[in-house]
Amino acid sequence: MEPVKEVSPNPLKLKDRMKVPRQHMPEQQAELRVHNFTEVNLGYSTELARQEALRCLECKKPTCMDYCPVGVKVKEFVRLIVEGNFLGAAAKIREDNVLPAITGRVCPQEDHCEGNCLLTKKVESLGIGYLERFVADYEQRMGVAPGVNAPPTGKKVAIVGSGPAGLSAAGDLVQKGHRVHVFEALHEIGGVLMYGIPEFRLPKQVIREQIDTMRAMGVEFETNVVVGKTVEIDELFEQEGYDAVFIATGAGLPVFLNIPGEHLNGVYSANEFLTRINLMHAYEFPRYDEPIVELKGKQVAVIGGGNTALDAIRSARRLGADKAYVLYRRSEAEMPARAEEVKHAKQEGIDFQVLTNPVEFLDDGNGWLRAARCVRMELGEPDASGRRRPIAVAGSEFEIPLSVVIIATGTSANPLIQSTTPGLKTNQRGYIEASSETQRTSRKGVFAGGDIVTGSATVILAMGSGRRAAKSIHEYLTTREW
Amino acid sequence: MFRIQQAGFIAPQIKRFVIEAPRIARKHRAGQFVILRLHERGERIPLTIESSDAERGTISIVVQSVGKTTKQLNALETGDGILDVVGPLGKPSAIKNFGTVVVVGGGVGTALAYPTTVALKRAGNRIVTILGGRNRDLVLLENEMRQVSDELYITTDDGSYGEKGLVTDKLRELIAQGMTIDEVLAVGPVPMMKAVADVTKEPGIHTVVSLNPIMIDGTGMCGGCRVIIGGKSKFACVDGPEFEAHEVDFSVLMQRNRMYREAERKSLEEFQRAEKEGGHGKAEGGDKATACLMAEDKQWSR
Repeated sequence: MEPVKEVSPNPLKLKDRMKVPRQHMPEQQAELRVHNFTEVNLGYSTELARQEALRCLECKKPTCMDYCPVGVKVKEFVRLIVEGNFLGAAAKIREDNVLPAITGRVCPQEDHCEGNCLLTKKVESLGIGYLERFVADYEQRMGVAPGVNAPPTGKKVAIVGSGPAGLSAAGDLVQKGHRVHVFEALHEIGGVLMYGIPEFRLPKQVIREQIDTMRAMGVEFETNVVVGKTVEIDELFEQEGYDAVFIATGAGLPVFLNIPGEHLNGVYSANEFLTRINLMHAYEFPRYDEPIVELKGKQVAVIGGGNTALDAIRSARRLGADKAYVLYRRSEAEMPARAEEVKHAKQEGIDFQVLTNPVEFLDDGNGWLRAARCVRMELGEPDASGRRRPIAVAGSEFEIPLSVVIIATGTSANPLIQSTTPGLKTNQRGYIEASSETQRTSRKGVFAGGDIVTGSATVILAMGSGRRAAKSIHEYLTTREW
Repeated sequence: MFRIQQAGFIAPQIKRFVIEAPRIARKHRAGQFVILRLHERGERIPLTIESSDAERGTISIVVQSVGKTTKQLNALETGDGILDVVGPLGKPSAIKNFGTVVVVGGGVGTALAYPTTVALKRAGNRIVTILGGRNRDLVLLENEMRQVSDELYITTDDGSYGEKGLVTDKLRELIAQGMTIDEVLAVGPVPMMKAVADVTKEPGIHTVVSLNPIMIDGTGMCGGCRVIIGGKSKFACVDGPEFEAHEVDFSVLMQRNRMYREAERKSLEEFQRAEKEGGHGKAEGGDKATACLMAEDKQWSR
């Protein structure tokens, strides 16, 4: 029997779809936005979204979906946009992704769905991230909270950490009818989404709305609990009656460069710099109490080339930094940041000094940073990461005058939970050992995912592990087999 | 919201709070601290836990009014609430039977040394306590400390109570008299702790100090509280707050505690101006490092 032929709502022929240019994301002008913290991207209008959606080739085997860490059914939701059924599109995304308004903004689409879009063979990829954001924002404006239909199972799951991995798992588990309780160490829910990613890239209001949606679905949240200190994993099982625990605490400790002068005033870790700004609103000092050093008219540099580095230096620019540098030891091609962020940073006048590495931070005589002594680098043979290894060029030392430096070269495992949970296995670098399929750890009933397992990664990869954990926790709670 | 069950001044500008925080009370060990935030626009400040009662589900803290946040906190009364309290953070004090322990408490630091002193006494140590303050009002918890001490000495800067002089004068005197001291615990302003470390270094007496750098999250995430211990960078929030005194780079600690001095001054000035104008909570900006201002305590800034 012939399979039923799919009927496409798209009026354009395939070859005509490729003639439609990728719709530009409206954005705040660079000259204006360097003076504020409001969002850079303004979002598609309905018209732009429909135009963009028309470009989808509706592949028989959509590779975009295969490369999505949470398996969003891209073709199906885009088709619903073409039909004008935006709420249907949002619901379709929600089947696989509980935080669409967030991933639509911060996911590195070029590494996943968009990077594997068939259109890229000829033209620019479909704007999948922009479309995801559009329908998520539309759903939010319409105030449609998804309901939970599953009957209560009577099982209790504790989730440690309210970042992307934890929230993703919580959303899936509550929809299975389990009672889900999320513990957060800080005073705000959201983890890295809240303390790490700045307002101009991911407005806090968007996060709060997504979390309110999860609350409406029945997820419970408790702030100010540092698991490993305030309560231990064993106590969650023995005293608080949880049936399973998912550890999703994030990577944790900032890594410093171990070069002279790192203790000087004016030298920050990216975690501290961004936490002051994002979580504590230091950019609104003195309306808010938490301060940050004065950046107006100053020369500032970030060390590193990831999204965190760009978030930090673009924040510094918005706080009035006169000169704002990215010092990165490899070349731009190896830079791990999202392409769009690099583009935006350049528009904002950030000076990219690639193949540059600091070797010492210099004192002004009063304990404050005066300058960074740097060396130029060149690329040698590929290293373990597959990227060409940067090597210092002899005799290339030079000084850059700086009052503030932000170190964004990565993080290492926070040992708080591992050190208080007997029998929980960790690897040599201190990260928790967990199966990459089931997220199970060495302890019965304990699952782990996100950066505390993999080391620093992305929001969407953490969410992927949260989904796998939820599936596996549900199986465990149903079968009781370990 | 964490309810204040009881609040009262124990000295001018120094107030004790009993706060309902059952989870923290259950896990607290001597030497640990909490981080609190008063209101939606407030900063996060670390404060050592003075005592806890697991059955009642309460902890107590002792707070000296120094900057805006501590002044706002000390304006709170029984029945008021604190928005966020998280803990217990940091490593507990090392408690064992050392033999004879000299506890040196400077000003409000005495309240912070108190729970560890109680635990050390219970562990069988002979406790010799030296309490110091600029004047009589700043000698805290004398009665409480006396109950757990075998000997207790008091020094004041101006001689208004006890012996005139510094806590280190008394400590030097005890060492000179040939007292066998197995361990020293010093908690107070940074210059005082540094001075104690200087006194005990030469005779080689193991000395512990409790450091108070600027912190935000208290879980090791931000690295703002990094201190140099034996030439290596450590995070006071997770590796401390107590460290071996002779390993501590006190000058870097003092330098880093000065980082927000300008901002703190601005905050406090605006707060005080608003207070004078009769408004409450109108002033803006906080006091990140109460520690830093304590460090400027006249007694120790010479």
